[in-house]
Amino acid sequence: MTEKIGVYVCHCGTNIAGTVDVKGVAEWAAARLKHRGVIVGREYKFMCSSLGQELIEKDIKELGLTRVVVAACSPHLHEKTFRTACERAGLNPYLCELISIREQVSWVHTDKSAATEKSKAVVAGGVERVIYNEPLEPLMVPIHADTLVVGGGIAGIQAALEIADAGYHVCLVEREPSIGGHMAQFDKTFPTLDCSACILTPKMVQVGTHPNITLMTWSEVEKVDGYVGSFTATVRRKARHVNTDSCTGCGICWEKCPKKVVDTVFEVGLGNRKAIYTPFAQAVPRYPVIDVENCTYFKNGKCKACQLFCPTEPNSIDFDQTDELVEVKAGNIILATGYDLFDATRIAQYGYGRLSNVFTSLEIERMCNAAGPTEGRVVLRDMKTAPTSVVIVHCVGSRDENYNKYCSGICCMQSLKFAHLIMERTGAEVHNCYIDIRTPFKDYEEFYKRVLEEGGQFIRGKVAEITDVARSADEEGKLIVQVEDTLIGKQRRIPADMVILSAGLEPRHDAKEVGKMFGIACGASGWYTERHPKLDPVATMTEGIMIAGCVQGPKDIPASVAQGAAAAARVLGKIQQGEMALEPIKASINEDACSGCRICNGLCPFNAILFHEDKMVSEINAALCQGCGTCVAACPAGVISGTGFSDAQIMAQIEGLMLLNVGPEPVAA
Amino acid sequence: MSTNSKPKFAMYWAASCGGCEIAVLNIHEKILDVDANFDVVFWPVAMDAKYKDVEAMEDGSILLTLFNGGIRNDENEHIAKLLRKKTKILVAFGSCANEGCIPGLANLSDSREIVHTAFNTVTTENPHGIYPMTSYDVPEGEIHIPTILPILKTLDQVVDVDYYMPGCPPESDQVAAVIDLVIQVLQGKAELPPKGSVIGAGNSTVCDECKRSRNVKTIKSFSRIWNIAPDATLCLLEQGIPCNGVATRSGCNARCPSAGAQCIGCYGPADGVADYGARLISSFASVIESNEPDEIERVLDGLVDPTGQFYRFNLAGSLLKAGVPAWKKEKA
Amino acid sequence: MTEQFEPTIIGFTCNWCSYRAADLAGTARMKYPPNVRLIRLMCSGRLDPTFVIKALASGADGVMITGCHPGECHYLEQNYKALRRYHLLRRTLQGLGLEPERIRLVWASAAEGARFASEVSSFVEEIRALGPLHWGSSNGTGQPVSATQRGTPALQEVAA
Repeated sequence: MTEKIGVYVCHCGTNIAGTVDVKGVAEWAAARLKHRGVIVGREYKFMCSSLGQELIEKDIKELGLTRVVVAACSPHLHEKTFRTACERAGLNPYLCELISIREQVSWVHTDKSAATEKSKAVVAGGVERVIYNEPLEPLMVPIHADTLVVGGGIAGIQAALEIADAGYHVCLVEREPSIGGHMAQFDKTFPTLDCSACILTPKMVQVGTHPNITLMTWSEVEKVDGYVGSFTATVRRKARHVNTDSCTGCGICWEKCPKKVVDTVFEVGLGNRKAIYTPFAQAVPRYPVIDVENCTYFKNGKCKACQLFCPTEPNSIDFDQTDELVEVKAGNIILATGYDLFDATRIAQYGYGRLSNVFTSLEIERMCNAAGPTEGRVVLRDMKTAPTSVVIVHCVGSRDENYNKYCSGICCMQSLKFAHLIMERTGAEVHNCYIDIRTPFKDYEEFYKRVLEEGGQFIRGKVAEITDVARSADEEGKLIVQVEDTLIGKQRRIPADMVILSAGLEPRHDAKEVGKMFGIACGASGWYTERHPKLDPVATMTEGIMIAGCVQGPKDIPASVAQGAAAAARVLGKIQQGEMALEPIKASINEDACSGCRICNGLCPFNAILFHEDKMVSEINAALCQGCGTCVAACPAGVISGTGFSDAQIMAQIEGLMLLNVGPEPVAA
Repeated sequence: MSTNSKPKFAMYWAASCGGCEIAVLNIHEKILDVDANFDVVFWPVAMDAKYKDVEAMEDGSILLTLFNGGIRNDENEHIAKLLRKKTKILVAFGSCANEGCIPGLANLSDSREIVHTAFNTVTTENPHGIYPMTSYDVPEGEIHIPTILPILKTLDQVVDVDYYMPGCPPESDQVAAVIDLVIQVLQGKAELPPKGSVIGAGNSTVCDECKRSRNVKTIKSFSRIWNIAPDATLCLLEQGIPCNGVATRSGCNARCPSAGAQCIGCYGPADGVADYGARLISSFASVIESNEPDEIERVLDGLVDPTGQFYRFNLAGSLLKAGVPAWKKEKA
Repeated sequence: MTEQFEPTIIGFTCNWCSYRAADLAGTARMKYPPNVRLIRLMCSGRLDPTFVIKALASGADGVMITGCHPGECHYLEQNYKALRRYHLLRRTLQGLGLEPERIRLVWASAAEGARFASEVSSFVEEIRALGPLHWGSSNGTGQPVSATQRGTPALQEVAA
């Protein structure tokens, strides 16, 4: 049975018509592809206009078209437009194809006759293909009203609060014993110099007490099953060895604990904690955890001081507590797991880890923090001497071919902030060695000017080396920063008591594995890939999984907050709608013909292919299937078919593009 | 010439090895059913009938013809067309007629070179450099020998085929089953499948009938079967042995994998497959466990002769039909 | 006087990266020769070797396979499957007498419009230098065969 195909060729003003003989192409299609089913070939100035669309709708109704081919701009622009027009006229939208003769023909070729010939081939390809298009219906899936937020930093906190305040339940999972993320480590935030804890802790408390938020700290997501609208995450709630029902957070246990441990996480190795601890005073929740690797009891059965002194009834210390696996059901997931700091030991010539008074930015944050290991005093590694000269090195591990090519975005402002705080607290001479000063956002440039006026010294040059090998008497006992001052064209050796490395931001070390678990991809630099870098930064290619904060790329606190709120808004929109339409581009397996060879089983990164041992056949879960078609191409028996991009459609398109089925020239009357 | 009223049966061999004839004879006593239900009118290996006898028959008077062998020369083509005219149900019998089989591998070379080589190898005594001619004048008249066609063709590339029976050769139990089916149809007890169907075979692939256990497939390396001590219970492909069973039509009861050898693909592709070789390229490559071009190449080095591995039986019936040397003229 | 041979090349693009790269080349009005005709797939992982073989059997002189850069596939890792198939396909076609250079694999991100255009241009010239393939026809002599004149490419007889 031949289809009734309508071919519509757009002028797009002169964008197409200036290079392609659009009238000729439409007439050619109507004459030479008539035997393939083309019953009408039209051309119009702007097919996407309402008049253009009406042409199609009229022909569908009056001529009984069963297929539509539009030759115009890119399907990325107007495929939906024309498909919706067909739907309005009563034709299944998937029976309409939009093929590009603009971006891929008229805009890129100069030879008009070659462009016209190519357009004919492209149209023929579209016609042959559309014959094999099938009517498809979107798959509707329900949206569970709960949301899972992974990561309790500022972005995750913002997202959780927005959703919870709107009246929907959120489960917030955080790996550390407390929420707060990196922001809880900072002292002051640029450019306002607000105390970080002061602006963060009220939000943390809100999260901790919100009736709509289930907070799971000291927990990690281990497995994610399901698809948008009905995810099931398996969360491991690690044993705190503290009973949270009875614990009041009074702190006697960590006061009495005799075991001191260097805190490498929150204090970045600069300070200590106990074997039973909360990471910081304003921790939410306030329940401590026991570090079993360093606890005397767990190592050799002795001590139990915490249990001895715990005042609650019943006792809150539980050495026998085990990890608990909890299933969390959610309709949407927001990943806000933040960043890791670049490991500055990798740049051997900067001496971090070898030269004791070389510090990283996070160490200085802890040092400046009034609740930190030095109570806010800026001192050298001996914990008592104040520096008289400090050099701050920008772009450590960033903007660097050898490490990370990208700019970490926040380090210039952070370095300026350190310059200001150190000058204020110690009166030291501060040099910033920079490549560029990047101060793009509100009040940032003004802050830079302020630091200049306060006496900060700026050297434009990438630091080559930090050494303690003196070349003259003046350099004895100091760290020497070797840098080319490019603005004066001279090498300089700057003696300093303290050097601060503004280390860059990196994706979490396990970002790739975590991404795989959730079914999202990392870009070349390791940050998670957003759906569109300009227009859709918080969605991913996987429906139902959002990303917010530094996990998407380095950014400052306002941007993280904005992304957290944006992700929340997107989730709330989905929850409000209650159900969602999935694009019906899916693969499916012909069970009768499948031999159970299992070639396809390992090919799906979305875990959409299951194997039934009892029937010895494989099956595809349509809701999980993303429609990539890899299994369709790989199946050795050819029993997997894919809608929207079937073998028949593509093979036909090849024939059309090669002009294999073109009819003869009509005989002149 | 027979005048009895039993339906007529014919079997013909074009470019073939004779194995299909043996497969038919291998149905043992069942051959008596053939004799009982049919009037065998033309079967060069088994009886003395001539081409002129066939030419004299009425069109469509032969009920069933099993045509095996590929179309290699103009005689094959002529008889194919002749039998098509005289036959109601024409079956492409065996891999050669279905998809070219081993004779089809000649399509990797220039046919003229093949003829030249045949008369000019190290073991040929041809001191005067004599090559055959397709026609020659003798006192009695002009004599002809068949002309080799530039490429070997499958049966359906020259005539319309009613049914396909794959296999090299088709398994005898399958042959017996088809004969039973036709007899049942004659007796009005069964219906023929739709025209163009594959008969005497399954509708899945060899894995469907193979008893070996299978896991999620990944391939770290390929090897020849004699380079490893294969596990008799585990899928051969998973052990790095390129077994074509994943893409090959079922029907033979996984004969070769059951006997400890890899499937080489003689039953041809499963339903709806446009190019058998492409299916194997795609499936084998997709499960190679590497993302690095150098590593992938190293793994593929273990797959000796991919062209032969993937197109051993199927070349003439594939989308490309022949290799470049078979049809490309010398550049001037 | 023989006209210059104009190759016909079929290109497979993936919806997310390389097709967008082609679109970007258009939006930026970059120029490249009209010899490549593109087919859009959702992913390079959809690239079935059958398509490449079909393109060649239908008369294409070369085939370009494009997709996202390794590590950037919209569907996470499916372009690696395309990469593996490409290697084996090339080897197999080489055994059939085809020059491996007639199949080219190009990774292009959505931002690489210029690169897409230059890859197309260089591929067209490379195929031009290799000469026409015209699989199955005896016209392997470099004479141009206009695309609109081609019928079904039945293998024509070559005198034995």
